[in-house]
Amino acid sequence: MLRLNPEQMAERVAQDIPDGAYVNLGIGMPTKVSNYVSDDKQVIYHSENGILAVGPAPAPGEENPNLINAGKQYVTLLPGGCYFDNAESFAIMRGGHLDIAVLGAFQVSAKGDLANWATDNDKFPPAVGGAMDLAVGARKLFVLMRHTTREEEPKILDECTYPLTGTGVVRRIFTDLAVIDVTPDGLRVVELFGDNSFEEVQALTGARLLPPV
Amino acid sequence: MIDKRVASFKEAVADIPDGAVVMIGGFGSSGIPLKLIEALRQHGAKRLTIISNNAGVAEEGIASLLRDGLVSKIVCSFPRSAGSVWFEKRFEEGSVELELVPQGTLSERIRIAGAGIGGFLTPTGYGTRLAEGKETRVIDGKGYVLELPLPADYALVRAECGDPWGNLTYNTAGRNFNPMMASAARVTIVEVTSVVKVGDLDPERVVTPGIFVDRVVAEEMHHVEA
Repeated sequence: MLRLNPEQMAERVAQDIPDGAYVNLGIGMPTKVSNYVSDDKQVIYHSENGILAVGPAPAPGEENPNLINAGKQYVTLLPGGCYFDNAESFAIMRGGHLDIAVLGAFQVSAKGDLANWATDNDKFPPAVGGAMDLAVGARKLFVLMRHTTREEEPKILDECTYPLTGTGVVRRIFTDLAVIDVTPDGLRVVELFGDNSFEEVQALTGARLLPPV
Repeated sequence: MIDKRVASFKEAVADIPDGAVVMIGGFGSSGIPLKLIEALRQHGAKRLTIISNNAGVAEEGIASLLRDGLVSKIVCSFPRSAGSVWFEKRFEEGSVELELVPQGTLSERIRIAGAGIGGFLTPTGYGTRLAEGKETRVIDGKGYVLELPLPADYALVRAECGDPWGNLTYNTAGRNFNPMMASAARVTIVEVTSVVKVGDLDPERVVTPGIFVDRVVAEEMHHVEA
């Protein structure tokens, strides 16, 4: 089977970011997506701590410790960008002003429930950050994750077993094997990478898939 | 004559008692009042409730309060990050209670505490573990959770420039939670890089109006007339 690497997965998500979109990229793998959005598109990135038009990392020596992204990495501000406080930043999210958010996930259910903030390990302190606000607020929520755990357990399930981030919020799932849409009819495969077959992908999925139309 | 300047960080936090609820501005490394936190640590008030987005990393900021055993509860959205060793240790041994709040709910609860609003309905967290035990409502088919204001006894705020009236500007994304916290505490104490004369701040650039501020301490105390 063809399994895309994280860079290739980010590149595939980038193809689905349209020109002119306001986008929030979650921490971790989703942050890589901006590296692959083609130069002929103008995309404005939002950072939850209060930035619109986040630019690339600064040159060494030019870092401002106040100017960081949600992943606490140093960033810059593009011309036309602006700052605002955290309450306004989350009004942007909850108010439906962001076109797309891309988040990582532990699990996604057949109904589009998302679990990405806590596992069932109570010893490990949870952290939720802005994930629940993005999940309910972004007009389209993309999930970017490996299709299975490292132990080959499915992460796409009939019901999530980990605590939920939001219910019925995921629109499209980008994995290392396929692209899958959450539709009223169920989970619809829209793209299989390389020669991956529908049956192979179904076998690694914990919910019934619908074949590509 | 209004002059909110205080001569030292030590003096600015000297009346914070044991058991106080203290908001601390900042997000990651950005916009944190590190000198006020260090003064609070040396002051040594115990059984503090800390309200902040993160729980500190390494030995700095809120992590140093946790290390010294001064914190009994933390209200926070993202307590665990790379290097948050003191939070993780205190959480695991059970000496610190955690109230985990989604980030936008945290900032809005603080904002409404300063704005005199008794609560708000948010879709964030509906149907999740973080809404358990809270009132909910369905409006036009969409579920909402009732969230209540989150005020504090003291707010420790980091700003860029202030004046003797307490008007404040911020540096880039260092703004984050600071303006809401400034409005939501009984006593608001601000750490600034510099102080200018009343009238010298461009009123269009003032983000926090001085009415919310009680004390201003500058990293470098200039001799500026009130």
